[in-house]
Amino acid sequence: MLEIKDLHVSVGGKEILKGLSLNIGAGKVHAIMGPNGSGKSTLSYVLAGRDGYDVTNGSVLYNGEDLTVLPPEERAAKGVFLAMQYPVEIPGVTTLTFLKTALNAQRRARGEKEIDAMGVLRLVREKAKILNVSEEMLKRALNVGFSGGEKKRLEILQMALFEPKLAILDETDSGLDIDALKLVAEGVNTLRAPNRAMLVITHYQRLLDYIVPDRVHVLAGGRIIAEGGKELAHELEAKGYAHIVKDAA
Amino acid sequence: MAAIETREKVAALGEKYKYGFVTDIEMERAPKGLNEQTVAYVSAKKSEPEWMFEWRLGAFRRWVQMREPNWARVHYPKIDYQNAYYYAAPKNTPKKQSLDEVDPKLLETYKKLGIPLHEQMALAGVAVDAVFDSVSVATTFKERLNEAGVIFCPISEAIRDYPDLVKKYLGTVVPVTDNFFATLNSAVFSDGTFVYVPKGVRCPMELSTYFRINASETGQFERTLIIADEGSYVSYLEGCTAPKRDENQLHAAVVELIALDNAEIKYSTVQNWYPGDENGLGGIYNFVTKRGDCRGRNSKISWTQVETGSAITWKYPSCILRGDDSVGEFYSIAIANNYQQADTGTKMIHLGKNTRSRIVSKGISAGKAQNTYRGLVSVHPHAEKARNYTQCDSLLIGGECGAHTVPYIESKNRSARVEHEATTSKIAEDQLFYCTQRGILPEEAVALIVNGFCKEVLQQLPMEFAVEAQKLVGISLEGSVG
Repeated sequence: MLEIKDLHVSVGGKEILKGLSLNIGAGKVHAIMGPNGSGKSTLSYVLAGRDGYDVTNGSVLYNGEDLTVLPPEERAAKGVFLAMQYPVEIPGVTTLTFLKTALNAQRRARGEKEIDAMGVLRLVREKAKILNVSEEMLKRALNVGFSGGEKKRLEILQMALFEPKLAILDETDSGLDIDALKLVAEGVNTLRAPNRAMLVITHYQRLLDYIVPDRVHVLAGGRIIAEGGKELAHELEAKGYAHIVKDAA
Repeated sequence: MAAIETREKVAALGEKYKYGFVTDIEMERAPKGLNEQTVAYVSAKKSEPEWMFEWRLGAFRRWVQMREPNWARVHYPKIDYQNAYYYAAPKNTPKKQSLDEVDPKLLETYKKLGIPLHEQMALAGVAVDAVFDSVSVATTFKERLNEAGVIFCPISEAIRDYPDLVKKYLGTVVPVTDNFFATLNSAVFSDGTFVYVPKGVRCPMELSTYFRINASETGQFERTLIIADEGSYVSYLEGCTAPKRDENQLHAAVVELIALDNAEIKYSTVQNWYPGDENGLGGIYNFVTKRGDCRGRNSKISWTQVETGSAITWKYPSCILRGDDSVGEFYSIAIANNYQQADTGTKMIHLGKNTRSRIVSKGISAGKAQNTYRGLVSVHPHAEKARNYTQCDSLLIGGECGAHTVPYIESKNRSARVEHEATTSKIAEDQLFYCTQRGILPEEAVALIVNGFCKEVLQQLPMEFAVEAQKLVGISLEGSVG
């Protein structure tokens, strides 16, 4: 589903990713782990198409299509979703309005029929149950005054609503206590599906106890330096990044 | 990459001002230029009584001695007041008994503008007075208003039919000598709206006037006078559009509101005069004097404005809080894109005891536009315990526009409390990215974010206007991202 080959990415003229390769098949959950500054967030942004992340070499194919030439909104309509590490606040725009606008923008781009306000509300309510997102939260301005846990739950709620084919979760565990983490992980697990690939980016192994990956990749210095099964996460946790980075060098 | 594509897309859409059409209709005009004969011509066209003509003439004689103000942060080439028409009217219009007699082309125009003059209005419960260039064309819903005793008619009609009311109130809020543009208006105003709500009456429907400039090289000078007698309530809406023309056209209106004891007037404007093209060519010069007088105890005047059009906006809807316990409000959204210049704000003059005022201003600048909030809160010595709260928020889109805030505060009473809060922000790249990542197009994202920014003010508008205003906010900012 996703084929990344020798990807080089610069931000403000500085090369951050230096030849990253990665394949993810449909239905699989891959984890990317790595220390701070290794290029984890850069990878998530470049996949989502954020301005200022320049692909200088290599390729990203998504279902055989070159992803790098598409603007973010077209990637979204084609099923690329990024659950952000720091969801932004949009004052004055209620969460439900935002969800409806986004859902219908995607549907419109795909040539599907738009859904009216009542229809969206019904859909959202259905998805909101698992994630314990309250009606009151949906009425508040998007992410304004939300706790860390609420913000992350809302990200996963959007993932459930948009039903993406490729979901990238960027440090979804950051800022969450253990109860909130379990809730979010449970939400993610219910979204595992044969036609959906996930890329879980995290600093800590903790999240991977709840969202168990098929493959684990270690990112350091802009390259994948180690790969393995889910046990690799535990090894990292026990020995630390420095150990593996040194081994790879 | 995405940004460039967006810009191209938006450019391909071309000029988006959808009200830019011209209605081909035979016009009757005053001779070009402005002198005492012009004043006499306008007065005669309106079959005005002698006192009204004298009033105009007095204004004109004063005006020739006045100088155009230059303190606002707006720049424009010198206006040649002799090179314009001061009266233009569709031929064969006056004295209509019913809508059926109105020129079908005019009705077509109103349809294009989205003003349903017929049954739709009944559903919406809005009574409309439509001013096309210089004359009022049709006033609907007279009967229902008549039953309630509400007078809602063209001001030219009011001058003939209700001279005592007009004489008593006209020019008492904005005096003939008030300022250059108001004095000009006093001399040559051609039409406008008159509203009188009698004692204790709650006006049974929203009143509305649509202003349309159609003729070229023509100034529009409408005059609106609204009186809410003791214990009455009225909500009034005005909307404005004009065709696209390469020349600049002058619009100098005067609006006077008078609220007597325990009366309330809510005045809402959606101003969408042609703003000029993306290079700054053409557009309306909007020099408007709007002022409300809370003359009675416990009266209330509330201004809500959504200013998206005009090349230049010079406008400060104000409240004189004369009666004890009176309340003044000003809710404003001013959007300036491309080369538009807006200098707008309010004055709250606290004269009476326990008077309260609230100002919420949302300025949005994009392109190369300049947007200034200019406000005065003045507390006079007798205004015991006067209160003011002012909030001025500016939003910038792109790096070539400007936002300016010029608040004046004068307090001459120690028990008064005046609060001022101001913020300036930019639409952040991370907000835009968040929206586009979720599938929302960049232009739509800007409209969404700006509507959120303006929410407090949009909520003040009557429901059917709020929806239109939201769309307008999006349309007027098209092409601003990239």
